Amino acid sequence: MHELSLATAVVDACAERAAGARVLRVRVEIGQLAAVLPESLRFCFGICARGTALEGAELEILETPGRAVCETCGDTVALSSPFGRCACGGVLRVVSGDELRVKDMEIV
Amino acid sequence: MCATCGCGSDVVTIDGTDVHAVPGHAQDHAHALEPGHDHDHQQDHAHDHHHDHAHNHPHHHHDAPAAPGRTVSLEQNILAKNQLLAERNRGWFAGREVFAVNLMSSPGAGKTSILERTIRDLGEKIPISVLEGDQATSADAERIRAAGATAVQINTGTGCHLDAHMVAHGVERLGAPRGSLLLIENVGNLVCPALFDLGEHARVVVVSVTEGDDKPLKYPHMFRTGQMLLINKLDLLPYVRFDVQRCIDAARQVNPDLQLRLLSAETGEGMPAWYDWLLAQRALAMDPA
Repeated sequence: MHELSLATAVVDACAERAAGARVLRVRVEIGQLAAVLPESLRFCFGICARGTALEGAELEILETPGRAVCETCGDTVALSSPFGRCACGGVLRVVSGDELRVKDMEIV
Repeated sequence: MCATCGCGSDVVTIDGTDVHAVPGHAQDHAHALEPGHDHDHQQDHAHDHHHDHAHNHPHHHHDAPAAPGRTVSLEQNILAKNQLLAERNRGWFAGREVFAVNLMSSPGAGKTSILERTIRDLGEKIPISVLEGDQATSADAERIRAAGATAVQINTGTGCHLDAHMVAHGVERLGAPRGSLLLIENVGNLVCPALFDLGEHARVVVVSVTEGDDKPLKYPHMFRTGQMLLINKLDLLPYVRFDVQRCIDAARQVNPDLQLRLLSAETGEGMPAWYDWLLAQRALAMDPA
């Protein structure tokens, strides 16, 4: 459900920067560990964009993979959930996959 | 839409009133928050910087040749606005020496009961005020007031979490006294509140033994963001299938730094250890040296 808040934040940020121009496309980067459902975000974005400079704009979602570094052996490990153990038994620290960024937008 | 803070929340109410009908909102809020000022500044900066970039590296999408647009780089966190407001709250708390704690759990884990008991046991040592977040009703704020603390109810309407902006309005209304303990009870939800920084000093997650002991694995984001896990309703342990050690192992797997206390808000068992932690954290935050 927080996808609605995120979609609102994306629309607000882009509409402010567009300063009256029409937005055709927005690219956001969503980490696979960020607890955000891309389809849900897309759905909410379409609704939030109505009546704004982003109405009808395409939302392109770039998913970034989850990665962690082992605190014991230093290995980099791929993660599909935001926690885990290294094969060596060490504790893993997430280093990517948490991203929630508006990258850029295309305006006319 | 609020001209000073830019919020358009017509469904969020504080003690039953629209956030912007709160007395003194217009001037106090503008003075206390001034988000428009910082935001504009940040925007100008980003704009100048990224304008050059876009100029040097035009980025045309080949699949949309009919409408050649200009690419404008934003490269900002989606939650940037919330984070900015959370920093403002942090400043507000620091300026008043208010120690703020964000309590989060699924509905029914016992957040309000823990607060009631905490207020009764600690209220004479330290002034306590409470921000109550719920989708609807002021039932919890009334419970808190009956326990002896000042409370403001934030109703989020359809919203599933508190954000920094609601908290800014809430504390403005609450007028938390200098040196007080501010307990923020988030909307009962183990998913969404994890994402939103309120400007608090500490994040506390509550699970009760009537829930599954695998909750930390099912809702890892929430348990990752917390500093303290309270396992509540310990008095019911003989009657339920809840393996305390399994829950602790799961929580530590998700967040190795998570501290924990076992307690029962009903009987008071384990509560003193929670108070000790709370007061120690407050002392640390108020006097980092």
